Amino acid sequence: MTDEALLSIENLRVRFRTPEGTGTAVDGVDLAIAAGETLGVVGESGCGKSVTALAVLGLLAAPPAEIEADAVRFAGRDLLGLSAEERRRIRGREIAMIFQEPMTSLNPLLPIGRQVAEPLRVHLELSAAEARDLAATWLEKVKIPDARRRLGDFPHQLSGGMRQRVMIAMAMVCRPRLLIADEPTTALDVTIQAQILSLMRELKEETGTALLLITHNLGVVAQTASRVVVMYAGQIVEEAPVARLFEEPFHPYTRGLLRSIPVLGGRTGLEAGRLAEIPGLVPAITERLAGCRFAGRCPHAFALCRENAPPLFAIGPAHHARCWLQVHPERRRRDD
Amino acid sequence: MLRYFLTKLATLVVLLFLVSLTVFTVLFVLPGDPAQIILGIHATPESLARLRADLGLDRPFFAQYADWVGNLVQGRSALSIHYKMPVFELVASRLAVTGPLALLAMVFAVVFALPLGIYAARHQNRPQDLAVMTFTQLGLATPEFWLGILLVLFFSVELNWFAAGGFPGWQADAWGSLKALLLPAFALGIIRAAILARLTRSSMLDVLREDYIRTARAKGLRERTVIYVHALRNALIPVLTILGLQLGQLLAGAIIIENVFFLPGLGRLVFTAIGMRDLPVVRDVVLLMAAAVVFVNFLVDIAYAAVDPRIELH
Ligand SMILES: Nc1ncnc2c1ncn2[C@@H]1O[C@H](COP(=O)(O)OP(=O)(O)OP(=O)(O)O)[C@@H](O)[C@H]1O
Ligand SMILES: [Mg+2]
Repeated sequence: MTDEALLSIENLRVRFRTPEGTGTAVDGVDLAIAAGETLGVVGESGCGKSVTALAVLGLLAAPPAEIEADAVRFAGRDLLGLSAEERRRIRGREIAMIFQEPMTSLNPLLPIGRQVAEPLRVHLELSAAEARDLAATWLEKVKIPDARRRLGDFPHQLSGGMRQRVMIAMAMVCRPRLLIADEPTTALDVTIQAQILSLMRELKEETGTALLLITHNLGVVAQTASRVVVMYAGQIVEEAPVARLFEEPFHPYTRGLLRSIPVLGGRTGLEAGRLAEIPGLVPAITERLAGCRFAGRCPHAFALCRENAPPLFAIGPAHHARCWLQVHPERRRRDD
Repeated sequence: MLRYFLTKLATLVVLLFLVSLTVFTVLFVLPGDPAQIILGIHATPESLARLRADLGLDRPFFAQYADWVGNLVQGRSALSIHYKMPVFELVASRLAVTGPLALLAMVFAVVFALPLGIYAARHQNRPQDLAVMTFTQLGLATPEFWLGILLVLFFSVELNWFAAGGFPGWQADAWGSLKALLLPAFALGIIRAAILARLTRSSMLDVLREDYIRTARAKGLRERTVIYVHALRNALIPVLTILGLQLGQLLAGAIIIENVFFLPGLGRLVFTAIGMRDLPVVRDVVLLMAAAVVFVNFLVDIAYAAVDPRIELH
């Protein structure tokens, strides 16, 4: 939360008004990323990670979404105060995003070269030939073999890993200051996952872009991020530098996530990030009760947890957790 | 790509064969003796038998079928019993009315349907969408002859902009002929536009939910580009199928509208020919209509391949 933060979000709330009811998907999230920093955001499915990212980019359709925040500042500008047109100029130019599903995130009817060149055409107003040339350079950078000859290929001719490389090239062509990667490796084979992650680290080194890395998998964060934010049911429940989080996780949810990291070279049937160890499910956004949102699944929960929602307590240097155990350490069960 | 084309072409040929066999069989077993109709009810059995032999009607089924197809393939026209002229000439003159009518109707349909469908999809569940949906519902419920009559009453009788019906012929008066087709094409087109607009809307809505549309927006593309380059092309694929079906149906004769506007088209020809038991005409025209449907579907398949690069895989 420093002054020189590239992106800072204060008290972001996103509500969805749907026929099935109204629910708050993101409920008071504070985030800050410095220029060039890598911030990991982890949490199970449905915790509001993607919604947070999409709200920052202005990609949530409103309605059904209702977005409020005390501030969403990017490089000195208040994003929520900008016009739709001004936000469009930031997307793909200064903040780029890649998505989980490489199989469906590319347009099946357009050649990949053209899709990679598009941001160059619209933001930097390059000529078709210049954009094509730079697109080819970026496809080489993301290590697509024979890149220059494959500009005319269509997405269905590429494997999942190759498509994700194309997505990365497409996001990076304009050299954005912030890259948001929403589970960029979840849909890929384990070996391909490692390649894509190291490619992203490499490009980050080279371009100095800040990276907001969203994932189910704390293992991915350990290799890539410097700071981690753990989200649960629309809130941040823990935040710490990556080493500290792995050494001294505080929140029972974080501890549960850590136990569920698949061991490298371990059981093959265990899908990366599938959290078999935490019993129960994230509550749906329409059914959130009073008290700590994790209480229903928490092995340490006691009366206070069920009645009052805990604030975000300071645990240590740059380390915060939303858990009553901070003031009642005696309630933590010995075996955890 | 070439293999795809050849497969579709082979399918086309097989379908045409089956269609011709069906048409022939149905007309063969249908009651009604052309010889009797030509000679009238007082004809003697001998003269009837002679005429049947002349027309080849006494030959076995497959021989007659082979004669028919053989002549068609070699471009030899049969003679119409009623009109006393080669069927091909007859059909060609009628096709010169029905073909342009069908194409013009489809132009009207597309020109109205695509913008409306896109507009409705972009304003889903808002008043603009509701207005389009109501309007198209109305279109679906409107019989085309009634719309045709309304158009005649308003534009021809009231405003006197168009002749109320008839067709001067392309050679005699090209501009007048085009004008004669405008109202009936509009009536046919606007009703087909209703279906197409709804289909375009729902197809657009499906596509707008796709991940690659989110990607296009995340890249900061202009909304125009997102809609017309990324969404529309994908959304048009299912629309193309229905478009082909509609064009095929229109080529197969817009019997009702041709009657409302007194247009000498294929629909009217087959109508008259059936009444007159003019077998050679009925046979060829029905085959032509069915072939038109099959052929347009073939063209749609080829168009798919042009639009969708994934086709060559299958
Ligand atoms: N358009 C929408 N309308 C209604 N509810 C939505 C919408 N988008 C998201 N939600 C709800 O918001 C909640 C948070 O969703 P989000 O996609 O941010 O989760 P996530 O943490 O990214 O999970 P995942 O790991 O599955 O991607 C979910 O419960 C989801 O059902
Ligand atoms: Mg998500």
